[in-house]
Amino acid sequence: MADIYEILRGTKDSSGNYQKMPVIVQGITGTFGSLHAKMMMEYGTNIAAGVTPGKGGQKFEDCVPIYNSVKEAVDATGAKISIVFVPAKFFLGAAKEALDAGIKLLVAIPEHVPIRDTMQVLEMAKQKDAIVIGPNTPGIMIPGLIKIGIMPASPFKPGNIAVLSKSGTLLYEISNALSRAGYGQSITVGIGGDPVNGTRLIDAFEMIKDDPDLKGIVVVGEIGGDSEEILAQHIIDTNFKKPIVAYIAGRNAPKEKRMGHAGAIVMGTYGSAESKVAMFNKANIPVGKRPNEVAMFLSGKMGSKD
Amino acid sequence: MRLLEFQAKELFGQYGIKTPKGKYSKNIDEARSHAAELGYPFVIKFQAPVGGRGKAGGIQVVKNQDEFELKYPQVAGMTIKGEKARAILLEKMAEYQKELYLSLFLNRSKRCYTIIASGEGGVEIESVKNQTIREVGLGDVTPQVAEEVAKSIGLSGNSVSDFVDMLQRLSKLTIEKEAELAEINPVALLKDGSLLALDGKVITDDNSNFRHPDMDKYQEKTELEERAEKSGFTLVELEGNIAVVGNGAGLVMSTLDMLIDNGGKAACFLDVGGGATTESVYEALTLISKMKKVKAILVNLYGGIVKTTTVASAFIKAYDDKLIDLPVYARLMGAESEKSKEMLKNTKTKMFDSVEEAISGVVLGVSKHG
Repeated sequence: MADIYEILRGTKDSSGNYQKMPVIVQGITGTFGSLHAKMMMEYGTNIAAGVTPGKGGQKFEDCVPIYNSVKEAVDATGAKISIVFVPAKFFLGAAKEALDAGIKLLVAIPEHVPIRDTMQVLEMAKQKDAIVIGPNTPGIMIPGLIKIGIMPASPFKPGNIAVLSKSGTLLYEISNALSRAGYGQSITVGIGGDPVNGTRLIDAFEMIKDDPDLKGIVVVGEIGGDSEEILAQHIIDTNFKKPIVAYIAGRNAPKEKRMGHAGAIVMGTYGSAESKVAMFNKANIPVGKRPNEVAMFLSGKMGSKD
Repeated sequence: MRLLEFQAKELFGQYGIKTPKGKYSKNIDEARSHAAELGYPFVIKFQAPVGGRGKAGGIQVVKNQDEFELKYPQVAGMTIKGEKARAILLEKMAEYQKELYLSLFLNRSKRCYTIIASGEGGVEIESVKNQTIREVGLGDVTPQVAEEVAKSIGLSGNSVSDFVDMLQRLSKLTIEKEAELAEINPVALLKDGSLLALDGKVITDDNSNFRHPDMDKYQEKTELEERAEKSGFTLVELEGNIAVVGNGAGLVMSTLDMLIDNGGKAACFLDVGGGATTESVYEALTLISKMKKVKAILVNLYGGIVKTTTVASAFIKAYDDKLIDLPVYARLMGAESEKSKEMLKNTKTKMFDSVEEAISGVVLGVSKHG
């Protein structure tokens, strides 16, 4: 698998700084796309180009060139990263275009993408050795360095804890509590709330687990599917030793109802919170009953902070 | 969307999967003419999106008209696992030698469809023994694979070709209707070796609804749920008296969990989406104002980008417009929260610094005032 850190920050230069990797925004002239393109730029992300068919040649905010196609944007900027803001029904086309143009990290923001479309995109991404984050994700970020997504900046501080989350607002909530408790984040990965995710919890774990600076991991799961159980089993099997704490939303949700996220649905026992909590406990991973317990449990697991 | 049994069977019919002769009805007058048409005996089946209907008494054999007049209203009036009957299905019985299990199921982690089959069906999937499991990519099932599955569950003779036919039709349905689950449980193995779908459960991908206007008629949404959807919200109505509102599915689920942990009873789950504006919060309050059972509102908003004052002004407008007179227990995380507290000082909205405090407040408030 491609190295996520290398894609996001390149390699250190002679003075020890990481690179500002160029990022393309697909759908940069839409309401949502333009708002978040601006916010990413304010954060310091190198938004190198935008793509909106029919608006090629124009400039976004007087400085970011807009192209008609991803291919043109990639040719002009050499970008390997694209963030997609198009409406769900156009996602399949936009994603295919990006992967065909050589994009290696596709951050898929749209909610309500049909599962079949996602599955087709993932099939293509596999052939092209590209990473897809989402759909229905808040995005991915290395606090203090690069933000590719719709998350607000305020909850996040640079640090050594990786946060992997299916939920957007719980990612903000829990990261905020972590930051306040003195645990900044090395990276945060939004898995997304859809039934089928480009980057599953286990994939995200694999991406970040070998980071030498990593001191702990927080997993924010929710009802639906079995990606939490698979991650827990993987942690047992690989005998991973760094501290991990989890949170599971939806313990008291009714069965067979979709709870806001397309993926947040319990069918029989498939996807139940009981199953996830039991597997995490088996892997010696404490599960908070409240988001606020996560930082407390992490502190307990890590012993005294330095 | 989760189709009811009779709807799933209607779909099976379109795809040539054999089901017993049946008719659904919404009231006994309609059902009387169906009874005459079908002829006794038959079964009456409670139609709601729940499992375990048989155990709960929602499926009854009817041998004559007297029994029909007695049992139809009984079954129609039942509540099973909190769900009332959406319709009643009258269906002819079949004599069979064995019950099998068959489904095509989207395995989310493996990102592929899975055939699950067993020679021992008729119980819920968790209890189905000796399962044959085959991964089939995007859902296409070749005759070879179907035949292997048929043999693995002990079928022989003409039952094998019947099974291959049934599974391939189920596969076509799954692909074309974008189902996450298409289940036939049980499949009856009749005395002549042919197969019949005695029950049906189909769950389709809601995000693909726009490609399937022909399926709109199967939507089982309340008026409020429909209105919520138009606003881009998700509303799930529940049995209690405290409305739970927030932004983001995970955050609202988490709030619901904590409320119930603390003895509160939720009237609804209302997710207004990732952002929160004056308009969206006002619209959420409008929806809640239409739910008579609500005694208080618990609000948990994480406004990363949004100022809390925008949310506060929605509450003030709702009181001014006399839209609501309910107490609101709110935790608004974000910029300008002190100013919001000041704005809401003389209203029925209490602002708290943590969601835990807001929950204690609402549980206590509701228990005091009934």
